[in-house]
Amino acid sequence: MTNGVRLLIGTRKGAWIWRGDSARGDWTAEGPIHLGQIVSHLVVDRRTGGTMLMAAATGHLGPTIFRSTDGGKTFVEASRPPAFPKSSDQPGARAVDHTFWLEPGHAAEPGVWWAGTSPPGLFVSEDDGVNWESVSGFNDHPMYDKWVPADAGTPDGPLLNQVVIDPRDARHMYIATSTGGVFESTDRAAAWAPLNKGVEANFMPDPYPEYGQDAHFIALAPTLPDRLWQQNHCGIYRLDRPAVTWERIGRAMPAETGDIGFTIVPHPRDADTAWVFPMDGTDVWPRTSPGGKPAAYRTRDAGKSWERQDKGFPADQAWFTVKRQAFCADEGAPLGLYLGTTGGEVWMSADEGGSWRSIGGHLPEIYSVVAAPLQ
Amino acid sequence: MIQVLLPTQLQSYSAGVSRVQASGATVDLVLRDLDQRFAGLRFRVVDEQDRIRRHMRIFVGGEAANDIQRPVADGDEVLIFGALSGG
Repeated sequence: MTNGVRLLIGTRKGAWIWRGDSARGDWTAEGPIHLGQIVSHLVVDRRTGGTMLMAAATGHLGPTIFRSTDGGKTFVEASRPPAFPKSSDQPGARAVDHTFWLEPGHAAEPGVWWAGTSPPGLFVSEDDGVNWESVSGFNDHPMYDKWVPADAGTPDGPLLNQVVIDPRDARHMYIATSTGGVFESTDRAAAWAPLNKGVEANFMPDPYPEYGQDAHFIALAPTLPDRLWQQNHCGIYRLDRPAVTWERIGRAMPAETGDIGFTIVPHPRDADTAWVFPMDGTDVWPRTSPGGKPAAYRTRDAGKSWERQDKGFPADQAWFTVKRQAFCADEGAPLGLYLGTTGGEVWMSADEGGSWRSIGGHLPEIYSVVAAPLQ
Repeated sequence: MIQVLLPTQLQSYSAGVSRVQASGATVDLVLRDLDQRFAGLRFRVVDEQDRIRRHMRIFVGGEAANDIQRPVADGDEVLIFGALSGG
């Protein structure tokens, strides 16, 4: 690491920015920022390192987006946060409960940002996050009511939980939802089609439906953008385009651990390497570390095999839950990995998962952790 | 003029002031008037379908207003509260 790392941490009670030195050994905390706001995501524009956006709401107040252009020192509210168009269909008309995911646009489109919300909605800003527009191609799609059934959801509501953009083509996009699985667009969000073949939905009458899956997290391999990783409600998958059928690579995980989890982190320089952080998806779905023994698992052969990485984690009686946006990597060599738990603790590995250490606790429930170069 | 009580949740918009004056013949117009001075306030109280948000409460002259089209008369007091909720 040249200058060090910033960790942008969103929690149920505000945001924090932690700064790590070039050795990633010493960390200083800044915050809280907007104490008490429910911060689903805090993201810096990776294209410029400049604008920082925060998806916020509170238990009382409606959702908004806060913007910072001074590295997180000050935040100003967006002029027009994501909101669905006014509808005559009262009282069932959609209203954004919270913005869940913020994604900087393609490198060729400076100032463009995308957002995913609950209930599932896709929104775009063309002016660096100041004003947001509903993306009709998804939000008004004729199949929307099928892709987003009225009774679907997660404990925090139904989600459009991710937007992923092909680095080779700004028009080629993927979104992940908790209600319909993965969708693909090749015309910059004007038209969408499901991309779920081979992905299980064991909570549906047809366990392999065209749509209806719960795609917890998807990620492109940065050096091989035709490779998609997915941590799904029902397992770990990989898809190498132009193929359309996902392969359940989680079958190679130890049976006693299973392949349920919230998130998957690809290596930025090695397309065959990725990490998951399994959770218990048995019985009533405790969503905690299986057996109370936290561990990351790494594949270095595109999912043919997985290696347990638990050195440094508590050996027993540790019941971590790591949410969708709360596991990430920096760009260092060796790679640094970071995860935040719902118990408010941040863990890191400076050696690609070989060993882990707690770098701080006592935060509120952590929703997101994003690593960015220190400016 | 209308007297408006802002809850603590909204006082970041009003620089910490809890009581402000506004004008308008309905709750909606009062909120729009406030939004002119405190940009962003209205959307945090009322959603894009013009419904009062689930955990917000508005009273006009001591009576609960369930609709932002509730009339407001000059001299009325509009009270905005965060509901008893959360955790």
